[in-house]
Amino acid sequence: MKRIDLHVWGPLIALIGLFILGALLNPAFLAPANLSNVLARSAFIGLIAIGMTFVITQGGLDLSVGSMAAFLAGITIMAMNALVPIVGESWGTILLGMGVALLGGIAAGYVNGALITKARIEAFIVTLGTMGIFRSLVTWLADGGTLSLDSGLRSIYRPVYFGGLGWLTWPIIVFAIAAVLGEWTMRHTRFGRHVEAIGSNDRVARYSAVDVERVRLATYVLLGVLVGVATILYVPRLGSASGSTGVLWELEAIAAVIIGGTALKGGRGRVWGTVVGVLILSMIDNILNLTDLVSPYLNGAIQGVIIVLAVVLQREKRTAE
Amino acid sequence: MTVVLALEKVTKSFGPVEVLHGVDLALHTGEVHALIGENGAGKSTIMKILGGYLAPTTGRVLLDGAPVTYHSGPEGEAQGVVVIHQEFNLAADLTVAGNIFLGREITRGLGLDHAAMRAATAELLARLDTSIRPEALIRDLSVPDRQMVEIAKALSRKARVLIMDEPSAALTHREVEALYAQVDRLRAEGVALMFCSHRLDEVSRLADRITVLRDGSVVQRSLRGEMTEDGMAAAMVGRELTDIFPPKDTTTGETLLEVRGLNVQNLVKDVSLTLHKGEVLGIAGLVGSGRTELAEGIVGLRPATGEIRIGGRQVQIRSPRDARAAGLAYLTEDRKEAGLLLDKNLPVNLTLSALDMWGFRIDPKREKAEMTRARKEFDIRAASDEMRTGALSGGNQQKLLLAKTMLTGPEIVIIDEPTRGIDIGTKQQIYHFVRALARQGKAVIVISSELPEVIGLSDRVLVMRMGRIAGEVEGAAITEENIVRLAMGLDREEEPA
Repeated sequence: MKRIDLHVWGPLIALIGLFILGALLNPAFLAPANLSNVLARSAFIGLIAIGMTFVITQGGLDLSVGSMAAFLAGITIMAMNALVPIVGESWGTILLGMGVALLGGIAAGYVNGALITKARIEAFIVTLGTMGIFRSLVTWLADGGTLSLDSGLRSIYRPVYFGGLGWLTWPIIVFAIAAVLGEWTMRHTRFGRHVEAIGSNDRVARYSAVDVERVRLATYVLLGVLVGVATILYVPRLGSASGSTGVLWELEAIAAVIIGGTALKGGRGRVWGTVVGVLILSMIDNILNLTDLVSPYLNGAIQGVIIVLAVVLQREKRTAE
Repeated sequence: MTVVLALEKVTKSFGPVEVLHGVDLALHTGEVHALIGENGAGKSTIMKILGGYLAPTTGRVLLDGAPVTYHSGPEGEAQGVVVIHQEFNLAADLTVAGNIFLGREITRGLGLDHAAMRAATAELLARLDTSIRPEALIRDLSVPDRQMVEIAKALSRKARVLIMDEPSAALTHREVEALYAQVDRLRAEGVALMFCSHRLDEVSRLADRITVLRDGSVVQRSLRGEMTEDGMAAAMVGRELTDIFPPKDTTTGETLLEVRGLNVQNLVKDVSLTLHKGEVLGIAGLVGSGRTELAEGIVGLRPATGEIRIGGRQVQIRSPRDARAAGLAYLTEDRKEAGLLLDKNLPVNLTLSALDMWGFRIDPKREKAEMTRARKEFDIRAASDEMRTGALSGGNQQKLLLAKTMLTGPEIVIIDEPTRGIDIGTKQQIYHFVRALARQGKAVIVISSELPEVIGLSDRVLVMRMGRIAGEVEGAAITEENIVRLAMGLDREEEPA
């Protein structure tokens, strides 16, 4: 029984440990501005990782999300710039642009999901393919350079990333709402239950009259929507997109899901675990930047160790029956 | 007759629950020892302790009179103690020969000596009187063939002690005979054998020594010929078993299901049948005769052509969802792989098929209430609702599956192998549940390989042979002989014009 508790609480204990470590190493860590910054930067990966939790729990995988975010950022910026002469430098343009990001996310997720469920191609292969396609498209749209948002729009749009309720900036608020809704959906709705059932044994799910393909497809569309939301929050931060936007986000998102205790083979999803996983990853990054104990260049290595360690610690000890 | 492997005052606890209470047991050379008992009596636990897959909590395991503690199955195998588990332990993408020599491949230089392994495998399989090819992939083999490969693998391990958990459960009649011949041969060679089985005729046929287990304690030990099959059943259950089958007391009403000219992927050809309210229709036939495929075709799990009418109205059933909407439910024969999520708890399994009818949010109170009701109605015995379903005994899993199937409120229920691998006491309960469904006015189809079950349960029996209906028997004509003759194609009952 004690072991099982460790599975559930392990990531949270690690997060608290990191928090204390950060506070001890550098008092600046505890500054509200710093914590706010850590949380806001977690929000992009966090939103994507919440969607990824559903995809992985049903037994799937999506490697394309980083490229998808870059592509969506690209078309969003292009759409907004194109709308300026028509709608003007106003919130209307920005809202329409946001619509483009969301619709684009739905479409991209649908393409991934349809290829996987209807054409029956392995998720790994499909999303490896679309990862390349999205990345290449945004590079082509930017003609190898950078797509920049109209400067007038940029000043209107800025508060979406930097504004909010005091230190609680909009990305943090949206991330928190998505986390609560995600956890509720996984735990207390038919959809979440079906997702776990399919990941646990899709044959049983099919025999139980669960619409396996539709549920699988829905997880990819949900992930696409969340990538769209992440893009909406990301664009005002830099006001630009390029071929190097969102590189390796997919791996960070997958890592956060795994650290949070969701099994890579599917069947058991923990949304709040994913949130903790995201926070662990960005806190490590932040602590390394604030202290000169270890070079920040070793961030990737430390994250790698954490991922492997998390899986080892959470490995279910097969209880004999 | 010397003792090779023995348990001495062995107890085993999982957490706070003690499942074995001071068991003494001895396996002798050249003897077949049968371990019988109801599901959950502790047979599997004893086998795992003997094989080294589990360690006893207290007590000792003695090999050749000296205490041993092996920590894993392979360590046990190294000592000549081989266990054939109920769940197969084969690599699906390797060949038969590859599996038999897995971990002790014959090599020639740096490479594998495929020819030598194939030849040795062919010889082993020939001894078992099977036609399995050594180079066949496991994934292409049927369940009985896989079982034969498991047995061949164990034989190749040169076992001194061979322990088999339900070895014949998945085998056809002919294969069972081959298995018995091997058991006799190994006994003559001085191997100590132990098996557990729910087939009491098999126990009488094979066992020199019988140990009856009930609730984790040995309740009776007998030598060959000392105990009748009725005696065994009574010892297992702890009471005399009467009326295994409920009386066929329901009256059949109007036609509920009508199937016309159903074809399923070339496995089922031109099958027509009718099913009435309050009726239990048996479907018999050999393994591979298309019984399961027929059922899966009707409920939309396999693509099928033909006409299906429910209550006189034609329906299109292309998926299990269509079937559910039409009031049709199918209980699979493959409880572990298609029926239940073994790593989930009980309520998740109970409600899985019915959630679509509940709305988007799952009401925890309703789920709990349904669970409580199902446990009571179907007598599901579990330590807790939150336990892993895979940790339930087979009988309780089957009862949970039945409760799950009924939760969608079907009018027509197709039950495939209602009592596979479960004990006699639970079988009796399930037979009564089935009859109770008919009494509630539901229409029930029971598919079974066990003839006594089909005969004892059905108002009418359809016999399938090679994908077609070979004939129908009803009332007093439902006899083992009539069914077997139809199933084997010995004669063809003329359809009334």
